[in-house]
Parts: sequence; C-alpha cells; structure tokens
Amino acid sequence: MSGVLLWLGVALAGGAGAVARFLLSDFVAARSEGWFPSGTLAVNLSGTVVLGLLAGAALHGDALTLLGGGLIGSYTTFSTWMLDSERLAEHHSDRALAVNLAGSLLLGLAAVALGRALGGLL
Amino acid sequence: MARSSDVRRRELAAIFAGGMLGALARVGLAQGYPPAGGAWPWTTFAVNLAGAWLLGWAVTRLGPASYARPFVGIGVCGALTTFATLQLELLRMLDAGRWPLALAYAAASLAGGLGAVRLGIAAARRGRGRVAA
Repeated sequence: MSGVLLWLGVALAGGAGAVARFLLSDFVAARSEGWFPSGTLAVNLSGTVVLGLLAGAALHGDALTLLGGGLIGSYTTFSTWMLDSERLAEHHSDRALAVNLAGSLLLGLAAVALGRALGGLL
Repeated sequence: MARSSDVRRRELAAIFAGGMLGALARVGLAQGYPPAGGAWPWTTFAVNLAGAWLLGWAVTRLGPASYARPFVGIGVCGALTTFATLQLELLRMLDAGRWPLALAYAAASLAGGLGAVRLGIAAARRGRGRVAA
C-alpha cells in the first residue's frame, strides 16, 4: 500500500474508531446505573479483546497499522479512563478511584490475553 | 428539549475529525519511534500522558455547548491515547518474565495519567482566571 493511501486509511480508521467509541460508550452509560463508568470500560475491554485477536492471529504490516493502530488505538482510550478516575476521586471516594484503576487494568490484561489466545486459534 | 439531528451530525463529524488527527499523531509517532522489544514503551507512555493532560484542560476550558469540546476531548484525546496497546505491551512484558518492568510501567501510566489530568484541569483553571481578571 502506498504511503499516502496508508495514512489516509489510518485517518479514516481513526475517525471511525472515535465515533464508534462515542456511540457505544453513550449507549452503555445510558443503560447502566450507579457510579461506575461502565461505558468507558465496555469500550476499552471490547477493543482490547480485538487487539489481542489481531496479535494472536499474527497480523502484521499495513493491516496491523490500519486495524490495530488506526482503528483499535483510536477506539480505546486512556485519557477518558483517567478523567473518569479523577471524577470518581473528586465526587465519590478514593475506593471508587482504586476500583476503576485496578479493576480496569486487570480486566484489560485478561481481555488482551483472552483475545490473543482466541486469535492464535484462527 | 430534544437535540436536532443536525446538531448530532455536527457533533459526530467533530468527533470523527478529531479522531483522524489523534490517530495520525499516535500512529505517526509509533512509526517514527518504533518500540524497542522489551524496553519501556516511551511512545505509548508519552501519548497517553499528553492526551490525559489535554483532556483535563479541554473539559475544563471548553464549553459543553461548543463543537470544540467533542472535537478535542472525544476525538483528538480519545484517539491519541490508547488503552488496548498499553495492555498488549504489559502482556508482552509478562510473557518475557519482566514483572518489575510491567509493574513499573503500569504504575507509572496510572499515576502519571491521573497526575496529567489534574495538571490539565489546574492549567485550564489558571488560564480562565487570567482571562476573567
């Protein structure tokens, strides 16, 4: 794939990933109750399973750049996870902050390991 | 009051445009500074902390009614930063038996990211104070 086409693809995949994140996060958040930022977690875990799948299936080169870097990198987010955590600390409790940080981190690790194991079967 | 579909479309367009920029910046940096196997993932670490700072600034400084906020906050910051890549990097460190590196990277990302959000919020409040004064 030529350089220009690849970067155009990365841009489009990045835009699509951001919109998909917003829509799913909104959808989940509107249907969940309580203090936990479940919309962000749903996006991050689902994207992390998919990145694990891509890694397990040994995707490489332009395809990995487009799907792993462009799409999934953009779909999942670290910044919102941190902002959610800061708001939990400010408006809720330090315990809620710790649950969101440690819980998301450990579930994310499980998600990427699961995705990679499944991808290895492909 | 129900928001018109026109407003919704513009909001999605702003998020898409911001997502394009954030992804180009992150992937461009990752290609320019490819991660060295088994080393500290500086590129992911840097974009995650920078994006967290910018998001703290954006949600404090930009009004919720403007398209600048979804453009910068949900689009640019969301796409510039990544959760999935961080997890894959951690898993690979654990594969290699590098537990201390994985622990340090996870702890630095969480503490650094939270600190960056707080600094971004504080910077926006100071900036707003100056404008108001």
